[in-house]
Amino acid sequence: MDARIGIRNTKSMLFKGLIVFLAFLITLPLIVVLLYIIKQGVTQVNWHFLTHVPTPVGEPGGGIANALVGSLLMVGMASVVSIPVGILTGIYLSENPHTKLAYWSGLCVDVLQGVPSIVIGIVVYLWIVKPLGSFSAIAGSCALAIMMLPIVIRSTEQTLRLLPPSLKEAALSLGVPYHRVIIKVIVPCGFAGILSGIMLSVARIIGETAPLLFTALGNSYLSYAVTKPMESLPHVIYTYATSPYDDWHNLAWGASFILLMFVLILNITTKLITRKWNIQL
Amino acid sequence: MEHTVVSASKFNAWFGDNHVVKDVSIGIEKNQVIAVMGPSGCGKTTFLRCINRMHELIPGATAKGSLKLYDDEVYNMNPIYVRYKIGMVFQRPNPFPNLSIYDNVVAGYKLNGLKMAKADLDNIVEKSLTSAALWKEVKDSLHKKGTFLSGGQQQRLCIARAIAMEPEVILFDEPTSALDPISTSSVEQLFHELKENYTLIIVTHNMQQAARVSDKTAFFYLGELVEFDNTKQMFTAPSDIRTQNYITGRFS
Ligand SMILES: Nc1ncnc2c1ncn2[C@@H]1O[C@H](COP(=O)(O)OP(=O)(O)OP(=O)(O)O)[C@@H](O)[C@H]1O
Ligand SMILES: [Mg+2]
Repeated sequence: MDARIGIRNTKSMLFKGLIVFLAFLITLPLIVVLLYIIKQGVTQVNWHFLTHVPTPVGEPGGGIANALVGSLLMVGMASVVSIPVGILTGIYLSENPHTKLAYWSGLCVDVLQGVPSIVIGIVVYLWIVKPLGSFSAIAGSCALAIMMLPIVIRSTEQTLRLLPPSLKEAALSLGVPYHRVIIKVIVPCGFAGILSGIMLSVARIIGETAPLLFTALGNSYLSYAVTKPMESLPHVIYTYATSPYDDWHNLAWGASFILLMFVLILNITTKLITRKWNIQL
Repeated sequence: MEHTVVSASKFNAWFGDNHVVKDVSIGIEKNQVIAVMGPSGCGKTTFLRCINRMHELIPGATAKGSLKLYDDEVYNMNPIYVRYKIGMVFQRPNPFPNLSIYDNVVAGYKLNGLKMAKADLDNIVEKSLTSAALWKEVKDSLHKKGTFLSGGQQQRLCIARAIAMEPEVILFDEPTSALDPISTSSVEQLFHELKENYTLIIVTHNMQQAARVSDKTAFFYLGELVEFDNTKQMFTAPSDIRTQNYITGRFS
């Protein structure tokens, strides 16, 4: 009997060891990639880099101000549309899960989430860029908004569905009208989840290149005109990294580092939010 | 009658085709504690939820017949007004997790957007928590979240929340079934005090509890109100064989 327990314990230990080893093995390349990007990029980044536009080949200096502004502007515009629409749709789906409309819009959301981003780029190209006759930041934002929407919808829906029905009943039994129950009880209780869904969706779209290639294109000058082409971080990386010049490669590394930092900060903030603001049910 | 608060006559309720409350007629007098008993699934909760019109919130749920609060048909009143007048405490304590103890007590005012002076709110909070026998325990932590309290305290907080609206009637659906014996007895203690000002209707599976706290007991069986009588009478000499069988434990 003792011997058998001994064997079992050894097996457990081996199994645990194997899991830890595999986890380590999988994490290792990720860490190596991260460290490499940081090593290549961090030396490029300084105030000048963040506040100047790229210089022509051969001229020293230059930065990614145009891409930084463009990315923030386009992601911002996409958010302004996607966040409210996404939250409202998510509320609808979680509140009315058994309706036909919920079934079909849920299906659309799932399909939309699976559509390759380049396809979304092409669709927006055909629907917006062609009729308007020019690549534009607006078109870029549209493509990003379409990518962002399903993530916000699903995360809102899933967060709200986890709330116990007793919460809603408590409010209704106090004579609180339905719309106020949603606004004052349901949404605040799911706030941390909804917010982290938004953060993750931003982190997801800020690095998207494909949908911007056909829509916002790029712009070597600093531009705030939303009907004109606009530069973005992923696009600047794409064009400069594929160029034959070392200066431009360095600029691409710097931009990669900035992008990485954005995503990292968004993810860490999300983690902090869920930990700090999560409401104990 | 002047002191009949809630009265039903030939009242029925359904879930889709499932007829769960059948021709119930009952008259509940002011400042009494009514225990509602009966085997599981006999429609106690459903009947209770009809009284404050929570039943209709479930898709497919319908009700028919007369149900009055004093002289007004509950089903002709605005449900929101009905729920102001008829409070409810649930089986599991359900304080709002996003609100402080203070805000939980006045949730009925705050969530409805009723603007009130701070002093009035303070007053309501203290009065309600005192009535719910919770004031002493929480008066120094009113701004902590309500979910930090123990289960029994949370349930008393929910009672305070119902009292704060100054309803005519408070409905309790197995209010102590999720609580430990000590919390249970503190809540039971409360019923005695609350009946001074309110009419209480309490669904319970616990016969000792019904005997301890209630003036009258209503016995439901398969959706019908089989017997409604003074609790003592009911437990010592029930007139219906089904009540007798239930009380003596011959079916669950
Ligand atoms: N949400 C619902 N949807 C459909 N049917 C329901 C629903 N809730 C209850 N029922 C049905 O209505 C009947 C009465 O249920 P109810 O909850 O009123 O019983 P109860 O007497 O409160 O039982 P318990 O003592 O177990 O709480 C049951 O047969 C149940 O199947
Ligand atoms: Mg019940």
